[in-house]
Amino acid sequence: METETETHARELIAVRRLTKRYGTAVTALEAIDLSIDDGELIAIVGPSGCGKSTLLRILAGLMPPSEGEAWLHGSRIEGPRRDIGVVFQTPVLFPWRTVLANVLLPIDVQRLGRDKMQAAAMNLLKLVGLDGFENHLPNQLSGGMQQRAALVRALIHDPSVLLMDEPFGALDAMTREQMNLELQRIWMERRKTVVFVTHSVGEAVFLADRVVVMSPRPGRIIDTLEVDFPRPRPLSVMNTEAFGVHVSRIRQALNATGGLE
Amino acid sequence: MNPYLRLLLMVAILAVWEGAARLLHVPAYILPPPTAVAMGLYRGIASGLYVEHVWITMLETFLGFLLGASAGFALGTFVALSRRFEYYLYPVIIMFQAMPKVALAPLIIVWFGLDLTSKVVNAGLVCFFPLMVNTIVGLRSADEDRVSLMRSLAASPTQIFWMLRLPGALPSIFAGLEIAMIFALIGAIVAEFVGAQAGLGMLIQSMNFSMDVAGQFSVLFILSLIGLSLNAIVLAIRRKVVFWDRPAPENRLGGKP
Repeated sequence: METETETHARELIAVRRLTKRYGTAVTALEAIDLSIDDGELIAIVGPSGCGKSTLLRILAGLMPPSEGEAWLHGSRIEGPRRDIGVVFQTPVLFPWRTVLANVLLPIDVQRLGRDKMQAAAMNLLKLVGLDGFENHLPNQLSGGMQQRAALVRALIHDPSVLLMDEPFGALDAMTREQMNLELQRIWMERRKTVVFVTHSVGEAVFLADRVVVMSPRPGRIIDTLEVDFPRPRPLSVMNTEAFGVHVSRIRQALNATGGLE
Repeated sequence: MNPYLRLLLMVAILAVWEGAARLLHVPAYILPPPTAVAMGLYRGIASGLYVEHVWITMLETFLGFLLGASAGFALGTFVALSRRFEYYLYPVIIMFQAMPKVALAPLIIVWFGLDLTSKVVNAGLVCFFPLMVNTIVGLRSADEDRVSLMRSLAASPTQIFWMLRLPGALPSIFAGLEIAMIFALIGAIVAEFVGAQAGLGMLIQSMNFSMDVAGQFSVLFILSLIGLSLNAIVLAIRRKVVFWDRPAPENRLGGKP
């Protein structure tokens, strides 16, 4: 395994024959093989219950796989890692912390020293348009603003990987498009490796360098396609023919396994 | 929702009470009219008699509250955090909880004597459970996503406790403190009934023997004022500490001993 990891110079995350079962009856993931390059923005798309969130939780070190393994930076993922940032479907902000204090949570947990990071936090808040809200409490912000704060929190300790579990799924369509644009901008500026899980085919094609399509349970990878639209991609790229071709190919793959029924 | 109507209703109740007591010639040892109660209150305060007893009862209540609340919080924390602790201890706790604690008062007097200590212990016992139960519920209610977030940051269990579980439990703990404060007052009064040399409970009993019913009513009035102010103190602290959460109305002054 290790030699394999070394041969592929830009590889940051390696997933090998990864299987996850819940009890004996449910197989959530089956024999997943996946290689993710450093700095890549990869989207994993699939129907509900295809195990895409499970895959993300395994990568985050929140649960162990049943078989196979996942590697990050050439070492096996056996528990939570400090160089990973996670964004969940809901913002998961702590209501007793101000926006700034929420954003600094990873700093507090990892004892990196608030004083040093204060400026970095303010910069990131500015990057997502939350400057001026740093002393607000989360319940004073809209859903979209809360999710932006969650995004900043995932970036603050400068992790090499950003794991995003349907991060904009709970937002309305317009806010969601706005957040997609913003994520692209941040990604272009910071060049993190992003693993973006979604059930929206359009969102996946718009954002990703590469889209991995998964089948319903047991989750398997049924298709992978490269998306090479130039960046920054405007929202209007979604109206182009090439975009439509990608989307319909993914839909066909999902349909073939009964994913969109 | 008219505030004047509310006030008017209270005045009306007092007026009907006053009128009925006088017109129907109800004996003063059965139901004294409000004016007689007010006179009793005035006499008690002016003579300095009530001041001493109020002080004693409040001290017992407060110390009992501190004792019971800290013990309830500590034990609740252990139960919430350790499955093993819960497994072995919970049956005992449940048995004890099912028992009406005020029924223990005579025993407590035998064990701890007639003065302050027995009242404090009894008040502490009565207010122990609401706090323990609310601490357990609060600490256990931590949102799964928040726990996942903390774990994804490689937070230690200690960090998860201090940074997530404890602050998240505070609304529930304060709901427990509100109840515990009133329960402590009940515990102190009951212990005073059973055997005491001072305190408002003792005062009520001695007035009962001398058939001073107006005096008893005036002490009851003082007790309800004490209850209200103790509750207001807890609420004021809650507003400071749990600033992000508004109190739930069903938590106010609820429960029975």
